[in-house]
Amino acid sequence: MADAGYGLAFGLYPYAKVAAQDQPPQRHAVVIVGGGPVGLAAALDLGRKGTPVLLLDDHEGVGEGSRAICFAKRTLEITDRLGAGQAMRDKGVVWNVGKVFHGTDKVFEFNLLPEAGHKNPAFINLQQPYFEKFLVDAIRAAQEDGAPIEIRGANAVTGLTDRGDHVVLDIETPDGAYRVEADWLVACDGARSPIRKMLGLTFDGRVFEDNFLIADVRMTADFPTERWFWFEPPFKHSGQSALLHKQPDNIWRMDFQLGWDIDRKAELDPARIRARVDAMLGEAAEYELVWTSIYTFQCRRMKEFRHGRILFAGDSAHQVSPFGARGANSGIQDADNLAWKLDLVIRGLAPEALLDTYSQERVHGADENILNSTRATDFLTPKTEISRIFRNAVLALAKDHAFARPMVNSGRLSVPCIYDGMPLNGPEALDGPRATRVGAPCVDAPLDRGFLLDRLAGQFTILAINAAAPDLSEVDGISVGQLALATDRHDPTGTLRDRYLGANDRAIYLIRPDQHVAARWADCDAAALRAALNTATGKGR
Amino acid sequence: MDLNLTPNLPDPDGFYDELLAAHEGLDKAESDALNARLILILSNHIGDRAVLRQALKAARDSLQR
Ligand SMILES: Cc1cc2nc3c(=O)[nH]c(=O)nc-3n(C[C@H](O)[C@H](O)[C@H](O)COP(=O)(O)OP(=O)(O)OC[C@H]3O[C@@H](n4cnc5c(N)ncnc54)[C@H](O)[C@@H]3O)c2cc1C
Repeated sequence: MADAGYGLAFGLYPYAKVAAQDQPPQRHAVVIVGGGPVGLAAALDLGRKGTPVLLLDDHEGVGEGSRAICFAKRTLEITDRLGAGQAMRDKGVVWNVGKVFHGTDKVFEFNLLPEAGHKNPAFINLQQPYFEKFLVDAIRAAQEDGAPIEIRGANAVTGLTDRGDHVVLDIETPDGAYRVEADWLVACDGARSPIRKMLGLTFDGRVFEDNFLIADVRMTADFPTERWFWFEPPFKHSGQSALLHKQPDNIWRMDFQLGWDIDRKAELDPARIRARVDAMLGEAAEYELVWTSIYTFQCRRMKEFRHGRILFAGDSAHQVSPFGARGANSGIQDADNLAWKLDLVIRGLAPEALLDTYSQERVHGADENILNSTRATDFLTPKTEISRIFRNAVLALAKDHAFARPMVNSGRLSVPCIYDGMPLNGPEALDGPRATRVGAPCVDAPLDRGFLLDRLAGQFTILAINAAAPDLSEVDGISVGQLALATDRHDPTGTLRDRYLGANDRAIYLIRPDQHVAARWADCDAAALRAALNTATGKGR
Repeated sequence: MDLNLTPNLPDPDGFYDELLAAHEGLDKAESDALNARLILILSNHIGDRAVLRQALKAARDSLQR
């Protein structure tokens, strides 16, 4: 977790005094507090749409220290849309194989090897500081293209007054205090969210009574690029479970589950950590400890993510255990969901009520993540004797019998959220594939040139496959893109057909700016598209 | 399908014998482990969540708490 005084991995936005600090408070359309992955993604998305945004962070760059390492396909798809995906893929380590051990026995092995026909892999491993740096790089590139994004480092928000139709922020800087006003405030200030506290809002859930030791070590080893997970590891002092996973730059993540009653200080003694690492890697291993920390975790969320003019996104709104890599990955989906809605509301093209659906949809996402993380945690850290007995029975059976393997839960890795049954959903008028149903994020597909998702670039789009879409380029000021594809010309692998048509000859999809399916039909007219677009922008039917 | 709570096992005495025999020579911890494995194996075989839910309820109800 970001401590007040963390060191910087990359100093990307050094403090620089601005004239506004000596002037009466200036009004901004959007102020984002927090330059973690979520705040950066939200700023980038809004700025690329042309909506001015001011991002405040209490540090001058990306904190060092290791947190997230696993970034999922959906995250890469979103960062691709934001112009940061390539750098992440280039730097990241792609992995597909996971092995699960119980003691010395290998229980089973899984392969995430994605179905073919996606631009992005199922997962990459990448240190969070790089992830954030690549977002800042993309912000710099967007700024050069005229995106109205401003980042102010060493600007700590210390107070907040909610004036109903705007918010006033007190900000502390090396040159003293000043104020800014915001029509809209996006709180991306992390799990300990000072803004949540200033508003006195609750953040309830479950605390798991366990401590995990992280050791990131640098070594040139020929371990395969796989995720190795041990229940009741056989090596000395390794605790209840252990994880070994590769990151870029020859760094390996190790994770040891230490239990609840521990002496944190003693456990962080480098000699003691080295003893654990030696036991895992073998005495002969040569390595350097790069980063160590002990963390505990919670699964919890706020009741609502919108409070008037204040929107919460990322860890400030919800927190999950790291098993499943759902923290940053879900936070990026928050930003993806929020940016286009806020943009339309600020432009006066959609009612404020559209922002309530941000909360609804992402609360739904958070609940899914909390459910999965909680279940994984219960499997990893059995709370009672009987739960340990069942857990170990599953592990023992999994060695010999396939049926038990799906029950082994060392974290269900993040998958994209589907907004089933949500109010923005329009007609489901195609008996099409389930994976691309209304509410789902579009599934990628290779086209004759490039990939489908690269063609769905952040605005409402009518995707017509083997169909003539009604001629519609705008609905009440909201611009609508057109993408007409024919399977005999644009679908050399047949993947587009499989993923979007199923048994149908043709289809028309209305796709939201965040690439989720708003509605789909076998055929439709302009009136139906307009109505669906109105529904998808919170204007009712 | 509904959970069958009427007599369904041929040779009930024989089955009961076999069940106890499976536990023979095991201490409490080993017997617990065996029972857990057995439950998981049978549950998978049944494979019907509604039936399993009724079975869990019937078992719990018979504890009367
Ligand atoms: C050990 C560990 C492993 C993890 N592994 C994964 C993983 O593999 N995959 C994954 O998806 N997630 C993982 N996570 C979770 C992930 O790190 C978080 O979900 C993610 O950092 C949340 O991003 P955020 O932008 O919401 O908040 P943060 O990253 O916490 O950023 C908040 C920012 O706000 C700033 N800030 C705070 N207060 C103020 C203030 N008053 N004024 C100005 N700025 C302020 C902070 O300095 C910070 O820069 C892991 C977490 C841990 C602890």
